[in-house]
Amino acid sequence: MAHANTAQAKTQFGYRRHPDQERSGANVAEHPVVVVGGGPVGLSLAIDLAQRGQRVVLLDDADRIGEGSRAICFSKRSLEFWDRLGVGDRMVEKGVVWSVGKIFHGASQLYQFNLLPEQGHKRPAFINLQQFYAEAYLVDRVGQLPEIDLRWRNKVIALESRNDGVALTIATPDGPYQVHATFVVACDGARSSLRQMVGAEFAGQVFEDQFLIADVKMTAAFPTERWFWFDPPFHAGRSALLHKQPDDIWRIDLQLNPDADPVAEKQPENVRPRIERMLGHDKFEFEWISLYKFQCRRMAKFIHGRVIFAGDSAHQVSPFGARGANSGLEDAENLAWKLDRVLRRLSPEGLLESYHIERSAAADENIRESTRSTDFMAPATKQEARLRQAVLSLAKDTEFGKRMVNGGRLSVPSVYDTPLSSSDRDDWRGGPRPGASMPDAPVTQQGGGSTYLTDVFIRQGTRFTLLEFGNGAAVDVPDGVGSIRVGGEGGLVDAQGLAGKRYDAEPGTAYLLRPDGYVAARFRNAARPELDAALARAAGLN
Amino acid sequence: MVLSTSSNFAKPDDAFRAIVEAHRGLTEAQSADLDAALVLVLANHIGDLDVLREAIALAKRRMLDASQQQQQQQQ
Repeated sequence: MAHANTAQAKTQFGYRRHPDQERSGANVAEHPVVVVGGGPVGLSLAIDLAQRGQRVVLLDDADRIGEGSRAICFSKRSLEFWDRLGVGDRMVEKGVVWSVGKIFHGASQLYQFNLLPEQGHKRPAFINLQQFYAEAYLVDRVGQLPEIDLRWRNKVIALESRNDGVALTIATPDGPYQVHATFVVACDGARSSLRQMVGAEFAGQVFEDQFLIADVKMTAAFPTERWFWFDPPFHAGRSALLHKQPDDIWRIDLQLNPDADPVAEKQPENVRPRIERMLGHDKFEFEWISLYKFQCRRMAKFIHGRVIFAGDSAHQVSPFGARGANSGLEDAENLAWKLDRVLRRLSPEGLLESYHIERSAAADENIRESTRSTDFMAPATKQEARLRQAVLSLAKDTEFGKRMVNGGRLSVPSVYDTPLSSSDRDDWRGGPRPGASMPDAPVTQQGGGSTYLTDVFIRQGTRFTLLEFGNGAAVDVPDGVGSIRVGGEGGLVDAQGLAGKRYDAEPGTAYLLRPDGYVAARFRNAARPELDAALARAAGLN
Repeated sequence: MVLSTSSNFAKPDDAFRAIVEAHRGLTEAQSADLDAALVLVLANHIGDLDVLREAIALAKRRMLDASQQQQQQQQ
């Protein structure tokens, strides 16, 4: 990615020599987990593991947080994950909260959508926040956790897989050194060098159209909504996107022709007139300019022996839909609890296979969605363009046409078809099915304090937890399993009735939640043998 | 088979005629635009992805048959 940026790296970090570097041969340091890559995914994974009590070595080949904006849209699901990591409030306080998107065709609005039209959720549908802020807050959190050993300017240059782990050779300003790791997690981005070291293919589709992405600084009264244009008057025949970020920064995406000259097109003097036509004025400054060709691709296997891939290193999507960083964060939350259990020998190593099953299916879904959006924006043939034009013209007058217009389908958590789930045996009219993530809802504590189910889940220790809708005496939960009771004697009060509604609850209804907040099983009446079986299955024990 | 291929119109000639007349006086490009919109409108009215897929398969099969016949005639 090329920058013509004026944004400074927000945080600079020093390289420090580590005692591991004095060791060699049979004496090299042994670590349970080495995470490679200090982006949002690697940082979040390290924090989650550390909060579960694991010692983590986190390596980054740079000595600063990446410049430029890159990812900007962080989803409700990502915010709920970051709440568990203790950084959610900072992200939301700094971020720009939004839930409404508008789609324009030419000069007129086709329709608008609201990604979170209902009340009673702790977190909004999305915030926009420059990636460097997210990373800076995560690095601050890392600094509070002695379990994490973050080493800047440590670049993995060789990797040797062994039956019981991985030997890494790491280059530093003081020369190379070696460590052994039981597990290595590669969060080293789309151009992952670890992926090359394990010899894995990264196949997929490249889109020919080029997109100009600029972050500009200006004061403007546009609402905090996602605005997307097909064939706007200021950029005829192509598409455009405008989105607000903190600090009066606005993200602008402009689709260019496939044959546009990438070097000339990102020169500020060539970008400026395009943006002036869009905004109708010249009172802005550039923070960042880059030109992209999008790719949608993924690794066939996310796990190579003891090397596990997460985030962009494992899968890459086009940005329309905010499915890049958010899916990487979902990888991290999916992997952390499993890796923790395997390292503690509470679950067999086979549990990790469910990480590949669940997250590669999610990657397929994200690739499918973002490919469809990109194809809709940049039709490949004359007939595709004709069909798109038909949809856009039908959208003016018909509801079905509006819903076919694809200006990006925004990230929602995947629903897993997974061996960890126990199939429903009872009748359900709604609520999250096994494999879906827990919906949030407002509840009131005994004594009157109002809170949310997602927060209660965190206070229960972010572990296997039984969410029970009270019916007489509490269910006797297995050892080590958290318990949330809504209603019944001494339980949380569902004053607005939203928890009951969102979980299709009747007295006695119980959901077994995984440590990542996904539903493992649900029961109309939870009995111990069934609950024990579901728990064993969700932990990869049968 | 979910897709109905029995004759559903009381007067099939009227239906065929209505479509033909919609194209009268249009250029090829305009006709193609009309067809694109019409396909989307009708697909939505059907509102069943399985039926739509069967309809697409039937139309494609017929297209393949036609091109094979053409090749045989050329041989």
